[in-house]
Amino acid sequence: MTRKHTPLANARSLQSKLQCAPKGRAQTLFDKLWHSHCIETDADGESLLYIDRVCLHERTGSIALAELAARGQTVRQPRHVFCMMDHVVDTRPGRGDATPVPGGADFIVGLRRHAERFGLRTFDVGDEDQGIGHLVSAEQGIALPGLTVVCPDSHTCTLGALGCLAFGIGSSDVEHVLATSTLRLDKPANMRVVIDGALSPHATAKDLALYLIAEHGAAGGRGMALEFSGEAVAGLDLEARQTLCNMAVEFGAATALIAPDDATIAYVAERPYAPSPLPTAAWQALKTDAEATFEHCLRIDALAVAPRVTWGTSPAQGVPIDGKVPPPRDLADQRALDYIGLQPGTAMTDVSIDAAYIGSCTNARLSDLRLAAAVLRNHRVAPGVAAVCVPGSTQVKKAAETEGLHRVFQAAGFEWREAGCAMCFYAGGETFGPGKRVITTTNRNFEGRQGPGTRSHLASPAVVAASAIRGRIAAPTMV
Amino acid sequence: MQPFTHHRGVAAPLLRDNVDTDAIIPSREMRRVSKRGLGIGLFANWRYADVAARLPNPDFVLNDPAYVGATILLAGANFGCGSSREHAVWALADFGIRAIFAPSFAVIFRKNCIANGLLPGTMAMDDLAALAAWVREAPQQNLLAVDLNAATVATPSTLTTFGIRPPDRIRLLRGLDPIAHTLTSAGRIDAFEEAWWRACPWARVDQ
Repeated sequence: MTRKHTPLANARSLQSKLQCAPKGRAQTLFDKLWHSHCIETDADGESLLYIDRVCLHERTGSIALAELAARGQTVRQPRHVFCMMDHVVDTRPGRGDATPVPGGADFIVGLRRHAERFGLRTFDVGDEDQGIGHLVSAEQGIALPGLTVVCPDSHTCTLGALGCLAFGIGSSDVEHVLATSTLRLDKPANMRVVIDGALSPHATAKDLALYLIAEHGAAGGRGMALEFSGEAVAGLDLEARQTLCNMAVEFGAATALIAPDDATIAYVAERPYAPSPLPTAAWQALKTDAEATFEHCLRIDALAVAPRVTWGTSPAQGVPIDGKVPPPRDLADQRALDYIGLQPGTAMTDVSIDAAYIGSCTNARLSDLRLAAAVLRNHRVAPGVAAVCVPGSTQVKKAAETEGLHRVFQAAGFEWREAGCAMCFYAGGETFGPGKRVITTTNRNFEGRQGPGTRSHLASPAVVAASAIRGRIAAPTMV
Repeated sequence: MQPFTHHRGVAAPLLRDNVDTDAIIPSREMRRVSKRGLGIGLFANWRYADVAARLPNPDFVLNDPAYVGATILLAGANFGCGSSREHAVWALADFGIRAIFAPSFAVIFRKNCIANGLLPGTMAMDDLAALAAWVREAPQQNLLAVDLNAATVATPSTLTTFGIRPPDRIRLLRGLDPIAHTLTSAGRIDAFEEAWWRACPWARVDQ
């Protein structure tokens, strides 16, 4: 990993909050966020970074808090820690703590009990603000421009769309940040991804992300902090920006950022945890300096992005909807084809599906549900196709119901669920079944991700809705 | 934490790239509110022909009697990618794995290894392939000898160096507790926070 940042040998005394910053040098947005939170950097170049917000979820948070209690440690800043119930919660209507996954309720009860003991705010099952942590963090104003936000979940990078430095961490690091409000990290390299032009009407942020990953590989951004910029990014609303940043981890990036603009500030204003008055000037300054340099740059043209679908078991293994399953280039491709059960040369639109899933921290916001509902209106899901919609948060669900979207989904034959991570990754114990082919708005098509033997095809909400109607993979224009 | 200095053991080759943490431990195997006892779920979807019945898949390397007692994995590039679940490392450690050598590791996974005393060493694919070829000749006899001080893996006729970040090496060698170590800087953290909140009062949660 290249490092432009020169560690200060004498970073012992605290002189200013920018003491780790290379003085008088143009900085990227990422550099600014990093340096404003850097407490000290040691001789090996590792920095102690101050963390403003911690989000926990029941599956890892329960264990981390239990370990902390067992060690006799306290949570250093309990008001800055937020507990989410999303990973294993049941999403079927009328749910309680019980969940189809064996032992699942223990995680929920465990997190609740420890959160109470440590005095942490919990977005519990039954709370009107409960939901997938990354959605709740944005909706509630927990994640704000200029802050550092961590959560034991790799898709925490979603929140970089708000202009905060947000990234996933492991459970031991969760214990560390709870006890010390800090993390020890190497500063990742900077990568700029400029997206020129504008997306065509049926292409979405999801298609854009899948295109980027297919073009440059699932490890194309490995370990780096991405900054998305360019005309196409400026044209995305805040929900679509979250979808784009969400997929950065599937690109192998450490995190992703989008500089706050007027749309960001308007989005953040009035959120329950948003400050009053808003520090508008400070947030407007959160942008890359004109002369700043990036270690790596990529440029893509949004006009080249068509609605897409994956054919394999990596998000990089994808094609436009009107494309064909490509011939395998290596053993990994062959292995993917064997698992997914497709022959090279097959047109994607000839591939029939068993299930359609709309949900996850990638694509279960109100705009996603509107997009899917627009395709589903006055249509029925094809016979034999199991179709499930899980709104990303209880707030999203409520807003969708106010617009009557739930009736569109239900009339089309979709199940309409309570908020949670649900069938994105089988953690809740539900699956469409072995060998079943699922078109899904989620983020990972790994082997077994949605259950043993389940075959996942990643796509946008519009493509999932169109495919559900047709019973075969379909572009939104085909129904 | 148990310090890591030397280790000698059976190595199992699993040289495919992009082995993700869903493969290392599927979500469904993360059943207990605990870091312990997860070894049974390690590589469950590959290791068992019938996951529910725990019926072993004879084709999977860790089920091959030749590799019984394996404590070292020889792995492909980008090992541990995907989900940040530390359960992947807990499952590997509980199974008995002490060291993994691969051309590269996913960032979060690598950090999780260090936090749990597991050695993630980087090595060129050619070196890994050569070690794997030698191990395969007689896995129970051809043991690899890892020396973290020298950052080498030895066989009777070869000495291969591996990469590890200097602070990670020190942490493993000393078995340092990261929280206790950081809390020695508690004064600086308090001072930093005070200055940060003075500059950006909005960063503080008051409710």
